[in-house]
Amino acid sequence: MGNNKLKQTPSQTVGPYFSYGLTPEQGGYDFKSITSPILVKKDTLGEHIILQGHIYDGNGDIIPDAMIEIYQADHQGKYISKEIPPSDDVFTGFGRCDCETNSNFCFKTIKPGSIGDGHAPHINMVIFMRGLLSHAYSRVYFSDEMDANHNDNVLNNVPSDRRATLIAKRTENENGDIIYQFDLNMQGINETVFFDV
Amino acid sequence: MSHNERDWSVHPPYIYPEYKSTILRGPKKPLIAIEHSLSELTIPAFGHGQMQEFDNDLTINGRATNGQMVGEPLGERIQVSGRILDEYGRPQVGILVEIWQANAAGRYIHKSDQHHAPIDPNFFGGGRCVSDENGRYSFMSIKPGAYPWGNHHNAWRPNHIHFSLFGMSFASRLVTQMYFPGDPLLALDPIYNATNDQAARTSLIAKFSEEYCIPDLALGYEFDIILRGPMATPMEV
Ligand SMILES: [Fe+2]
Repeated sequence: MGNNKLKQTPSQTVGPYFSYGLTPEQGGYDFKSITSPILVKKDTLGEHIILQGHIYDGNGDIIPDAMIEIYQADHQGKYISKEIPPSDDVFTGFGRCDCETNSNFCFKTIKPGSIGDGHAPHINMVIFMRGLLSHAYSRVYFSDEMDANHNDNVLNNVPSDRRATLIAKRTENENGDIIYQFDLNMQGINETVFFDV
Repeated sequence: MSHNERDWSVHPPYIYPEYKSTILRGPKKPLIAIEHSLSELTIPAFGHGQMQEFDNDLTINGRATNGQMVGEPLGERIQVSGRILDEYGRPQVGILVEIWQANAAGRYIHKSDQHHAPIDPNFFGGGRCVSDENGRYSFMSIKPGAYPWGNHHNAWRPNHIHFSLFGMSFASRLVTQMYFPGDPLLALDPIYNATNDQAARTSLIAKFSEEYCIPDLALGYEFDIILRGPMATPMEV
Protein backbone atom coordinates (compact mmCIF):
# COMPACT_ATOMS: atom_id res chain seq x y z
CA MET A 1 0.00 0.00 0.00
CA GLY A 2 2.93 2.33 0.71
CA ASN A 3 4.11 2.16 -2.90
CA ASN A 4 0.91 3.53 -4.37
CA LYS A 5 0.70 6.45 -2.04
CA LEU A 6 0.81 9.87 -3.68
CA LYS A 7 3.22 12.37 -2.22
CA GLN A 8 1.80 15.35 -0.36
CA THR A 9 2.04 18.62 -2.24
CA PRO A 10 4.91 20.57 -0.64
CA SER A 11 4.21 23.61 1.48
CA GLN A 12 5.51 27.02 0.34
CA THR A 13 5.72 30.28 2.21
CA VAL A 14 2.63 32.50 2.36
CA GLY A 15 4.94 35.38 1.35
CA PRO A 16 4.45 39.03 2.22
CA TYR A 17 1.43 39.82 0.03
CA PHE A 18 -1.31 37.47 1.27
CA SER A 19 -3.52 40.05 2.93
CA TYR A 20 -5.72 41.05 -0.02
CA GLY A 21 -6.40 37.37 -0.71
CA LEU A 22 -6.73 35.90 2.78
CA THR A 23 -7.64 38.78 5.10
CA PRO A 24 -8.98 41.36 2.63
CA GLU A 25 -11.48 43.17 4.84
CA GLN A 26 -8.98 43.52 7.67
CA GLY A 27 -6.39 44.85 5.22
CA GLY A 28 -8.85 47.35 3.78
CA TYR A 29 -9.28 45.68 0.38
CA ASP A 30 -12.51 45.53 -1.58
CA PHE A 31 -13.09 41.76 -1.33
CA LYS A 32 -15.25 39.90 1.15
CA SER A 33 -13.41 37.96 3.87
CA ILE A 34 -14.50 34.41 4.69
CA THR A 35 -13.42 34.81 8.30
CA SER A 36 -12.10 37.45 10.67
CA PRO A 37 -10.28 38.01 13.97
CA ILE A 38 -13.63 38.54 15.69
CA LEU A 39 -15.18 35.14 16.43
CA VAL A 40 -17.88 36.34 18.80
CA LYS A 41 -21.13 38.21 18.68
CA LYS A 42 -22.49 40.02 21.72
CA ASP A 43 -24.62 37.06 22.75
CA THR A 44 -22.10 34.27 22.12
CA LEU A 45 -22.14 31.99 25.15
CA GLY A 46 -19.05 31.69 27.30
CA GLU A 47 -16.49 34.04 28.77
CA HIS A 48 -15.53 36.65 26.22
CA ILE A 49 -11.80 37.17 25.96
CA ILE A 50 -9.20 38.99 23.89
CA LEU A 51 -6.27 36.86 22.77
CA GLN A 52 -3.39 39.02 21.67
CA GLY A 53 0.35 39.00 21.20
CA HIS A 54 3.39 39.79 19.14
CA ILE A 55 5.59 37.49 17.12
CA TYR A 56 9.35 37.97 17.53
CA ASP A 57 12.16 36.80 15.27
CA GLY A 58 15.57 35.47 16.34
CA ASN A 59 16.84 39.01 16.95
CA GLY A 60 13.88 39.85 19.17
CA ASP A 61 12.37 42.10 16.51
CA ILE A 62 8.62 42.15 15.96
CA ILE A 63 7.45 40.34 12.81
CA PRO A 64 4.62 42.29 11.19
CA ASP A 65 4.05 40.35 7.94
CA ALA A 66 2.58 37.26 9.52
CA MET A 67 -0.85 35.66 9.69
CA ILE A 68 -2.30 33.65 12.55
CA GLU A 69 -5.24 31.26 12.42
CA ILE A 70 -6.95 29.94 15.51
CA TYR A 71 -9.35 27.05 15.87
CA GLN A 72 -11.05 26.18 19.12
CA ALA A 73 -13.97 24.48 20.81
CA ASP A 74 -16.94 26.39 22.16
CA HIS A 75 -17.51 27.13 25.85
CA GLN A 76 -18.74 23.57 26.40
CA GLY A 77 -15.69 22.01 24.76
CA LYS A 78 -17.47 21.16 21.52
CA TYR A 79 -16.01 21.70 18.07
CA ILE A 80 -18.37 22.95 15.43
CA SER A 81 -16.96 20.70 12.73
CA LYS A 82 -17.53 20.98 9.02
CA GLU A 83 -20.59 18.73 8.95
CA ILE A 84 -22.76 21.26 10.74
CA PRO A 85 -23.94 23.87 8.27
CA PRO A 86 -22.74 27.18 9.60
CA SER A 87 -25.16 29.98 10.01
CA ASP A 88 -24.53 33.50 11.20
CA ASP A 89 -25.32 32.80 14.82
CA VAL A 90 -23.08 29.75 15.20
CA PHE A 91 -19.76 30.13 16.96
CA THR A 92 -17.47 28.33 14.48
CA GLY A 93 -14.33 28.63 16.61
CA PHE A 94 -12.26 29.63 13.59
CA GLY A 95 -10.55 32.98 13.08
CA ARG A 96 -7.78 34.55 11.12
CA CYS A 97 -5.73 37.64 11.82
CA ASP A 98 -3.26 39.56 9.70
CA CYS A 99 -0.54 40.99 11.96
CA GLU A 100 0.32 43.76 9.52
CA THR A 101 -1.91 46.60 10.68
CA ASN A 102 -0.73 46.92 14.28
CA SER A 103 2.27 44.56 14.16
CA ASN A 104 0.41 42.20 16.47
CA PHE A 105 -2.49 39.79 16.45
CA CYS A 106 -5.67 40.31 18.37
CA PHE A 107 -8.65 37.94 18.42
CA LYS A 108 -11.98 38.47 20.11
CA THR A 109 -13.23 35.07 21.11
CA ILE A 110 -14.40 33.03 24.10
CA LYS A 111 -12.48 30.87 26.47
CA PRO A 112 -13.08 27.29 25.27
CA GLY A 113 -14.22 24.48 27.52
CA SER A 114 -12.22 21.28 27.92
CA ILE A 115 -12.76 18.81 25.07
CA GLY A 116 -12.47 15.88 27.48
CA ASP A 117 -10.42 14.12 30.15
CA GLY A 118 -6.73 14.86 29.89
CA HIS A 119 -7.37 17.97 27.83
CA ALA A 120 -7.01 21.38 29.42
CA PRO A 121 -8.85 24.20 27.67
CA HIS A 122 -6.75 25.33 24.73
CA ILE A 123 -6.82 27.14 21.42
CA ASN A 124 -5.08 25.66 18.39
CA MET A 125 -2.92 28.04 16.45
CA VAL A 126 -1.28 28.03 13.03
CA ILE A 127 1.41 30.55 12.12
CA PHE A 128 2.21 31.68 8.58
CA MET A 129 4.69 34.34 7.48
CA ARG A 130 7.19 35.41 4.88
CA GLY A 131 10.30 33.43 5.65
CA LEU A 132 8.38 30.44 7.00
CA LEU A 133 8.40 27.79 4.29
CA SER A 134 6.11 25.40 6.17
CA HIS A 135 3.45 26.68 8.56
CA ALA A 136 3.98 26.16 12.29
CA TYR A 137 1.43 24.70 14.74
CA SER A 138 1.22 25.79 18.34
CA ARG A 139 -1.34 25.79 21.16
CA VAL A 140 -2.52 28.42 23.60
CA TYR A 141 -3.23 27.33 27.19
CA PHE A 142 -4.51 29.58 29.97
CA SER A 143 -2.64 30.86 33.04
CA ASP A 144 -5.72 30.48 35.28
CA GLU A 145 -6.10 26.77 34.46
CA MET A 146 -2.97 25.46 36.13
CA ASP A 147 -4.68 22.37 37.55
CA ALA A 148 -6.08 21.35 34.21
CA ASN A 149 -2.80 22.24 32.51
CA HIS A 150 -1.03 19.95 34.94
CA ASN A 151 -3.15 17.03 33.71
CA ASP A 152 -3.00 17.84 30.02
CA ASN A 153 -1.54 15.01 27.94
CA VAL A 154 -0.05 17.29 25.33
CA LEU A 155 1.55 19.72 27.79
CA ASN A 156 2.94 16.84 29.78
CA ASN A 157 4.73 15.65 26.68
CA VAL A 158 6.53 19.00 26.40
CA PRO A 159 9.85 19.36 28.28
CA SER A 160 8.91 21.09 31.53
CA ASP A 161 11.27 24.03 30.97
CA ARG A 162 9.48 24.89 27.72
CA ARG A 163 5.84 24.59 28.86
CA ALA A 164 5.62 28.22 29.92
CA THR A 165 5.89 29.29 26.25
CA LEU A 166 2.41 27.82 25.70
CA ILE A 167 0.62 29.57 28.57
CA ALA A 168 -1.22 32.81 27.85
CA LYS A 169 -1.19 35.29 30.76
CA ARG A 170 -4.54 36.52 31.97
CA THR A 171 -4.95 40.21 32.75
CA GLU A 172 -7.73 42.75 32.60
CA ASN A 173 -7.68 46.09 30.81
CA GLU A 174 -9.18 49.39 31.96
CA ASN A 175 -12.50 48.53 30.27
CA GLY A 176 -12.78 45.31 32.21
CA ASP A 177 -11.99 43.15 29.16
CA ILE A 178 -10.28 39.87 29.88
CA ILE A 179 -6.97 39.82 28.02
CA TYR A 180 -4.81 36.78 27.41
CA GLN A 181 -1.34 37.82 26.31
CA PHE A 182 0.44 35.22 24.17
CA ASP A 183 3.72 36.30 22.59
CA LEU A 184 5.47 33.99 20.19
CA ASN A 185 9.22 33.66 19.80
CA MET A 186 10.23 31.96 16.59
CA GLN A 187 13.74 31.33 17.95
CA GLY A 188 15.95 31.86 21.00
CA ILE A 189 15.99 30.51 24.56
CA ASN A 190 12.27 31.17 24.88
CA GLU A 191 11.41 29.72 21.48
CA THR A 192 7.72 28.88 21.48
CA VAL A 193 6.89 25.20 21.37
CA PHE A 194 5.75 24.15 17.90
CA PHE A 195 4.15 20.79 17.35
CA ASP A 196 4.63 18.18 14.68
CA VAL A 197 0.88 18.06 14.08
CA MET B 1 -9.13 7.60 12.86
CA SER B 2 -5.43 8.08 12.55
CA HIS B 3 -3.65 10.41 10.22
CA ASN B 4 -0.77 10.09 7.84
CA GLU B 5 2.34 11.93 8.95
CA ARG B 6 3.22 15.36 7.74
CA ASP B 7 5.76 14.26 5.15
CA TRP B 8 8.95 16.18 5.94
CA SER B 9 10.65 14.64 2.91
CA VAL B 10 8.50 16.91 0.73
CA HIS B 11 7.81 19.94 2.92
CA PRO B 12 10.66 22.44 3.04
CA PRO B 13 12.75 22.83 6.20
CA TYR B 14 12.25 25.80 8.52
CA ILE B 15 15.80 27.03 8.03
CA TYR B 16 16.98 27.21 4.43
CA PRO B 17 19.82 29.77 4.34
CA GLU B 18 19.55 30.43 0.59
CA TYR B 19 16.14 31.95 1.42
CA LYS B 20 17.48 34.59 3.79
CA SER B 21 14.32 35.41 5.72
CA THR B 22 14.20 31.85 7.07
CA ILE B 23 17.40 32.42 9.07
CA LEU B 24 15.76 34.50 11.81
CA ARG B 25 12.20 33.27 11.42
CA GLY B 26 12.29 29.48 11.18
CA PRO B 27 11.98 27.56 14.46
CA LYS B 28 15.26 25.91 15.44
CA LYS B 29 14.25 23.61 18.26
CA PRO B 30 12.82 20.20 17.36
CA LEU B 31 9.06 20.02 16.91
CA ILE B 32 7.22 18.29 19.73
CA ALA B 33 5.19 15.20 18.89
CA ILE B 34 1.49 15.49 19.58
CA GLU B 35 -1.16 12.87 20.08
CA HIS B 36 -4.01 13.74 17.73
CA SER B 37 -7.35 14.66 19.24
CA LEU B 38 -10.40 16.42 17.87
CA SER B 39 -8.24 19.56 17.92
CA GLU B 40 -6.21 18.23 15.03
CA LEU B 41 -8.70 15.89 13.35
CA THR B 42 -11.68 18.17 12.80
CA ILE B 43 -11.95 21.17 10.54
CA PRO B 44 -13.69 24.48 11.05
CA ALA B 45 -17.13 25.06 9.60
CA PHE B 46 -16.89 27.47 6.72
CA GLY B 47 -19.64 29.40 5.16
CA HIS B 48 -19.53 27.65 1.79
CA GLY B 49 -22.60 29.69 1.06
CA GLN B 50 -20.38 32.76 1.37
CA MET B 51 -18.96 32.13 -2.10
CA GLN B 52 -20.03 34.91 -4.41
CA GLU B 53 -20.48 34.95 -8.14
CA PHE B 54 -17.12 35.46 -9.91
CA ASP B 55 -15.13 34.65 -6.78
CA ASN B 56 -13.30 32.08 -8.94
CA ASP B 57 -13.02 34.31 -12.00
CA LEU B 58 -10.18 36.77 -11.46
CA THR B 59 -10.64 38.20 -14.95
CA ILE B 60 -14.00 39.56 -13.80
CA ASN B 61 -13.96 40.05 -10.03
CA GLY B 62 -11.46 42.90 -10.09
CA ARG B 63 -12.77 44.95 -12.97
CA ALA B 64 -13.10 48.65 -12.41
CA THR B 65 -16.50 49.99 -13.26
CA ASN B 66 -16.46 53.58 -14.36
CA GLY B 67 -19.82 54.63 -15.69
CA GLN B 68 -20.68 52.32 -18.59
CA MET B 69 -17.06 51.56 -19.30
CA VAL B 70 -16.05 48.18 -17.99
CA GLY B 71 -12.42 47.36 -18.57
CA GLU B 72 -10.74 44.00 -18.95
CA PRO B 73 -7.51 43.00 -17.26
CA LEU B 74 -4.37 42.90 -19.38
CA GLY B 75 -2.39 39.74 -19.94
CA GLU B 76 -2.65 36.18 -21.11
CA ARG B 77 -5.92 34.66 -19.95
CA ILE B 78 -5.59 31.26 -18.32
CA GLN B 79 -7.81 28.60 -16.83
CA VAL B 80 -6.24 26.77 -13.90
CA SER B 81 -8.00 23.60 -12.87
CA GLY B 82 -7.18 20.37 -11.13
CA ARG B 83 -8.22 17.81 -8.58
CA ILE B 84 -7.65 17.81 -4.88
CA LEU B 85 -6.85 14.31 -3.71
CA ASP B 86 -5.58 12.65 -0.58
CA GLU B 87 -2.52 10.40 -0.62
CA TYR B 88 -4.63 7.45 -1.74
CA GLY B 89 -6.10 9.33 -4.66
CA ARG B 90 -9.48 9.86 -3.00
CA PRO B 91 -11.12 13.09 -4.18
CA GLN B 92 -11.34 15.77 -1.49
CA VAL B 93 -14.80 17.26 -1.71
CA GLY B 94 -15.92 20.64 -0.41
CA ILE B 95 -12.38 21.94 0.08
CA LEU B 96 -12.00 25.70 0.36
CA VAL B 97 -9.33 26.89 -2.10
CA GLU B 98 -8.13 30.49 -1.86
CA ILE B 99 -5.66 32.00 -4.32
CA TRP B 100 -3.82 35.29 -4.75
CA GLN B 101 -1.34 36.42 -7.37
CA ALA B 102 0.44 39.30 -9.11
CA ASN B 103 -0.95 40.88 -12.27
CA ALA B 104 0.50 40.31 -15.74
CA ALA B 105 3.21 42.90 -15.07
CA GLY B 106 4.33 41.19 -11.86
CA ARG B 107 2.71 43.70 -9.50
CA TYR B 108 0.56 42.81 -6.50
CA ILE B 109 -2.37 44.99 -5.51
CA HIS B 110 -1.02 44.72 -1.95
CA LYS B 111 -0.33 48.15 -0.44
CA SER B 112 3.24 47.38 0.50
CA ASP B 113 4.30 46.06 -2.92
CA GLN B 114 6.71 48.80 -4.08
CA HIS B 115 7.74 47.15 -7.36
CA HIS B 116 7.38 49.92 -9.96
CA ALA B 117 5.51 47.78 -12.46
CA PRO B 118 2.04 49.10 -13.31
CA ILE B 119 -1.09 48.29 -11.34
CA ASP B 120 -3.85 46.99 -13.59
CA PRO B 121 -7.03 48.88 -12.68
CA ASN B 122 -9.08 45.90 -13.88
CA PHE B 123 -7.27 43.20 -11.96
CA PHE B 124 -7.40 42.50 -8.24
CA GLY B 125 -5.69 39.11 -8.04
CA GLY B 126 -7.63 37.35 -5.29
CA GLY B 127 -10.10 34.50 -5.68
CA ARG B 128 -11.61 31.45 -4.05
CA CYS B 129 -13.75 28.41 -4.75
CA VAL B 130 -14.88 25.13 -3.21
CA SER B 131 -13.95 21.76 -4.77
CA ASP B 132 -16.82 19.79 -6.32
CA GLU B 133 -17.94 16.18 -5.79
CA ASN B 134 -14.94 14.94 -7.82
CA GLY B 135 -12.50 17.08 -5.87
CA ARG B 136 -12.17 19.43 -8.82
CA TYR B 137 -11.57 23.17 -8.58
CA SER B 138 -11.24 25.73 -11.33
CA PHE B 139 -10.17 29.36 -11.71
CA MET B 140 -10.11 31.81 -14.59
CA SER B 141 -7.27 34.28 -14.34
CA ILE B 142 -4.36 36.05 -16.01
CA LYS B 143 -0.88 34.59 -16.16
CA PRO B 144 1.02 36.42 -13.40
CA GLY B 145 4.30 38.14 -14.22
CA ALA B 146 7.65 37.55 -12.54
CA TYR B 147 8.72 40.12 -9.97
CA PRO B 148 11.97 41.12 -8.28
CA TRP B 149 12.61 40.62 -4.58
CA GLY B 150 15.41 41.49 -2.22
CA ASN B 151 16.80 38.06 -1.37
CA HIS B 152 19.99 38.37 -3.46
CA HIS B 153 21.38 40.30 -6.42
CA ASN B 154 18.96 40.03 -9.36
CA ALA B 155 16.53 37.84 -7.46
CA TRP B 156 13.27 37.34 -9.39
CA ARG B 157 10.41 35.15 -8.33
CA PRO B 158 9.25 32.78 -11.07
CA ASN B 159 5.65 33.23 -12.24
CA HIS B 160 3.45 31.76 -9.54
CA ILE B 161 -0.01 31.68 -7.99
CA HIS B 162 -0.34 31.38 -4.20
CA PHE B 163 -2.76 28.67 -2.98
CA SER B 164 -4.31 28.15 0.45
CA LEU B 165 -6.35 25.01 1.22
CA PHE B 166 -8.20 23.44 4.11
CA GLY B 167 -8.32 19.66 3.91
CA MET B 168 -10.46 17.26 5.88
CA SER B 169 -8.80 18.19 9.18
CA PHE B 170 -6.83 20.98 10.78
CA ALA B 171 -3.75 18.80 10.27
CA SER B 172 -4.32 18.91 6.48
CA ARG B 173 -3.91 22.67 6.25
CA LEU B 174 -1.72 23.66 3.30
CA VAL B 175 -0.39 26.91 1.87
CA THR B 176 1.63 26.50 -1.30
CA GLN B 177 2.52 28.06 -4.65
CA MET B 178 1.82 26.87 -8.19
CA TYR B 179 4.46 27.47 -10.86
CA PHE B 180 4.39 27.40 -14.67
CA PRO B 181 6.20 24.95 -16.96
CA GLY B 182 9.38 26.00 -18.72
CA ASP B 183 10.16 28.94 -16.44
CA PRO B 184 13.94 29.58 -16.42
CA LEU B 185 13.67 31.32 -13.04
CA LEU B 186 12.69 28.10 -11.27
CA ALA B 187 16.26 26.80 -11.21
CA LEU B 188 17.36 30.02 -9.44
CA ASP B 189 14.51 30.37 -6.94
CA PRO B 190 15.38 29.46 -3.33
CA ILE B 191 11.73 29.18 -2.30
CA TYR B 192 10.95 26.61 -4.99
CA ASN B 193 14.24 24.81 -4.42
CA ALA B 194 13.77 24.56 -0.65
CA THR B 195 11.94 21.30 -1.30
CA ASN B 196 14.82 18.91 -1.60
CA ASP B 197 12.91 16.03 -3.18
CA GLN B 198 12.93 16.64 -6.92
CA ALA B 199 9.70 14.77 -7.72
CA ALA B 200 7.87 16.64 -4.97
CA ARG B 201 9.32 19.95 -6.12
CA THR B 202 8.27 19.46 -9.74
CA SER B 203 4.76 18.58 -8.56
CA LEU B 204 4.44 22.33 -7.84
CA ILE B 205 4.67 23.03 -11.58
CA ALA B 206 1.33 23.02 -13.38
CA LYS B 207 1.07 21.12 -16.65
CA PHE B 208 0.00 22.86 -19.80
CA SER B 209 -3.31 21.24 -20.68
CA GLU B 210 -5.03 21.37 -24.02
CA GLU B 211 -8.10 19.96 -22.31
CA TYR B 212 -8.43 23.02 -20.09
CA CYS B 213 -7.79 25.51 -22.87
CA ILE B 214 -10.92 27.44 -23.77
CA PRO B 215 -11.09 28.10 -27.53
CA ASP B 216 -10.46 31.74 -28.44
CA LEU B 217 -10.33 32.67 -24.76
CA ALA B 218 -7.76 31.09 -22.46
CA LEU B 219 -4.81 28.73 -22.15
CA GLY B 220 -5.29 25.79 -19.82
CA TYR B 221 -3.13 24.61 -16.94
CA GLU B 222 -3.69 21.55 -14.79
CA PHE B 223 -2.53 21.56 -11.18
CA ASP B 224 -3.46 18.65 -8.91
CA ILE B 225 -2.97 19.02 -5.18
CA ILE B 226 -2.37 16.16 -2.78
CA LEU B 227 -3.45 16.82 0.79
CA ARG B 228 -2.53 14.87 3.84
CA GLY B 229 -5.48 12.93 5.16
CA PRO B 230 -6.68 10.03 7.30
CA MET B 231 -4.90 6.72 6.89
CA ALA B 232 -6.64 4.33 4.57
CA THR B 233 -7.88 1.09 6.09
CA PRO B 234 -6.55 -1.97 4.23
CA MET B 235 -10.06 -2.54 2.83
CA GLU B 236 -10.06 0.77 1.04
CA VAL B 237 -6.73 0.43 -0.73
FE1 LIG C 1 4.25 35.85 -4.58
